[in-house]
Amino acid sequence: MKKSVVFGALTVAGLAAGAAAAGTLDDVKARGKLNCGVTTGLVGFAAPDANGEWLGFDVGICRAVAAAVLGDPKAVEFVPTTGKTRFTALASGEIDLLARNTTWTFSRDVDLKFTFVGVNYYDGQGFMVPKELGVSSAKELDGATVCIQTGTTTELNLADFFRSNNISYEPVPIETNAEAQQQYLAGACDVYTTDASGLAATRATFEDPSAHVLLPEIISKEPLGPLVRHGDDNWGDVVRWSLNALVTAEELGVTSANIGEMAAGTNNPEINRLLGSEGSLGEMLGLDAGWAKNAIMAGGNYGELFEGNIGESTPIGLARGLNAQWTDGGLIYSPPFR
Amino acid sequence: MTTLTDPPKASFRLSMLIYDTRYRSLTIQAVAMIGFMLFAAWLINNTMTNLETLGKTPQFGFLLEPAGYDINQRLLDYNSQDTHMRASLLGLLNTLLVAVMGCITATIIGVLVGVLRLSKNWIVAKIMTVYVEMFRNVPVLLWIVLAMAILIESLPAPRAFRGENPEATMNLFDTVAVTNRGIYVPEPLFSNSLGNIHLLGQSSLRFDVSVDLMAFLIVLGLSIFGITKVNARAKHIQETTGERPKTIWVNLGLFFVPTGILMALLGFHLGYPELKGFNFKGGTHMRNSLIALWLALSLYTAAFIAEIVRGGILAVSHGQTEAAEALGMRSGRTMRLVILPQALRVIIPPMISNYLNLTKNSSLAIAVGYMDITGTLGGITMNQTGRELETVLMLMLCYLVISLSISMVMNWYNNRVKLVER
Repeated sequence: MKKSVVFGALTVAGLAAGAAAAGTLDDVKARGKLNCGVTTGLVGFAAPDANGEWLGFDVGICRAVAAAVLGDPKAVEFVPTTGKTRFTALASGEIDLLARNTTWTFSRDVDLKFTFVGVNYYDGQGFMVPKELGVSSAKELDGATVCIQTGTTTELNLADFFRSNNISYEPVPIETNAEAQQQYLAGACDVYTTDASGLAATRATFEDPSAHVLLPEIISKEPLGPLVRHGDDNWGDVVRWSLNALVTAEELGVTSANIGEMAAGTNNPEINRLLGSEGSLGEMLGLDAGWAKNAIMAGGNYGELFEGNIGESTPIGLARGLNAQWTDGGLIYSPPFR
Repeated sequence: MTTLTDPPKASFRLSMLIYDTRYRSLTIQAVAMIGFMLFAAWLINNTMTNLETLGKTPQFGFLLEPAGYDINQRLLDYNSQDTHMRASLLGLLNTLLVAVMGCITATIIGVLVGVLRLSKNWIVAKIMTVYVEMFRNVPVLLWIVLAMAILIESLPAPRAFRGENPEATMNLFDTVAVTNRGIYVPEPLFSNSLGNIHLLGQSSLRFDVSVDLMAFLIVLGLSIFGITKVNARAKHIQETTGERPKTIWVNLGLFFVPTGILMALLGFHLGYPELKGFNFKGGTHMRNSLIALWLALSLYTAAFIAEIVRGGILAVSHGQTEAAEALGMRSGRTMRLVILPQALRVIIPPMISNYLNLTKNSSLAIAVGYMDITGTLGGITMNQTGRELETVLMLMLCYLVISLSISMVMNWYNNRVKLVER
């Protein structure tokens, strides 16, 4: 009798403690795998290839974090999430990190209790229309039927844009990118709207991409970035500085090709601190000294990830634009490693 | 002398709660009840504690904040600056719309198919069997998606109607446009409209009542009242003289003349859909999402209803049919006047659960982008506000109330048709 009471109390206490907090970093290390939330499939950002291997820009962030924490870029369990399920998945602890071109907004940061660790892509909402419609500006879209992915900031921006320009539209809410594509191509909607990068990625998969144009208007600011739960600052730091390591590596000219010789030691102290041959930055994060080296080796630095997945040499063909390094007039800027 | 012994006094001891069969069942029930309550309390307490740790204490204030998103199918007026509560209300109305439409068509198709499956015509009976087995054995979500895909891929886009030699033209003397965005049908318009009455001011639950519609319904009601009076009088004459006066012309006149005069006074005319810009304008737009959902839900549920109807008919003793035939009744009348009224008693109770299923299945609407309550309250609102627990609880409450209401109405009907036993 007494025993069962004790066990009962233990169970309750254990459950309460489990919910309260064990560090996510320790959880990931104990599990040996990083649970990373990505899209259900957006070529260039996150999509499985023919062998079921996940590839893409957001996937690169997941792999870099896994490499930094566990030393193995393959130790990632990718969890596909829709625009609707992603926040619940993160809040409930099903995933440790969400890298799913998610816009950093006030209410998501403050009200939904998430921590955005940085911005890996500066985006904005755009419109794609078939060329044959002869539309040259979003302001000519009065009365058009617009396909939108539901559960995103885009449907709010869209409502605001049409309202402030005093024109009408017919929204068609759609759950995933693939369904939106089907409806758009069949002419069930005139316009498809989402982040401009997503539009470019979607257009690249069309049979005839040149038959569709992106309108010049960018109607919103969409800083996309990885995010974690509020309240576990240590884990937030790990993800933030893994991202910053990739950015700094590009700035300092550290690439996956030359990282081997640079890790042995250079005469630039910042590179040495970054790659762990000097100082103890890894130890402060609770990781080993080669954490940043592993992260960069996983898929290359920020620039390499960009060019390899969504850059101008890929079918998606996005220019660096705002996403160039600050030294090249862009907005990509990492705080110093010191 | 007789000796009377008092019956032994029932002295109650605590151990009797376990060892005495008179009390044992009570003890077990009490213990089970306490256990259940403790479990429920633990669940609720656990949820509340964890939500508090996450910094998300349940609160419903978000319902009064502006929703910020648009809804395509609006049964009441709505814009993106209205509250989440109003967005939910519109979603609820959309759910009810598709549920009511679905229940009606499912019943009609189901009864027809159920009767036809018993037909002596081999081909008809087999076709109906194939229909029932096909729809019953494939998940309804696939039927919904298939219906939508067929609508989108096979029908022409509005831009096919444009130009000198359009690929597609409107149907029924240019009054109905069938496109892959839905069907546009003419809408009733009144040039001397009496306007609307606005109820509940500016609140989230405000709604307009059309005076034209009210006037029409009142006149129609008076007409029907008149017709029942005429019929009652005819019956009275028939009972006293044995001869029934002809009432058909009077009744038709009573039905059509007053409503016709009212329509003429209000300036009734039809507004036809017209291709303007990207889409058809004017007319009533039945969106493809509504049509796909409605069709799929009706056809799917009708397959189940058909089986219930068939079972109900088979449950009526064959002697009833023979008796009716012996009286010289034709088979159609036998079915309508003898078999179906008796079969209904068996049919109604399982029919209730099929209506409930249809209503609950309508929550799959988001698969085709139909904005029902799961799409508004449980979809966009939940996502934009991050209030999962609150919205899901409200959603459950909504479906519970809808389902219980349907059960109540159907049970009332069931009590009316059921055999009166003594």
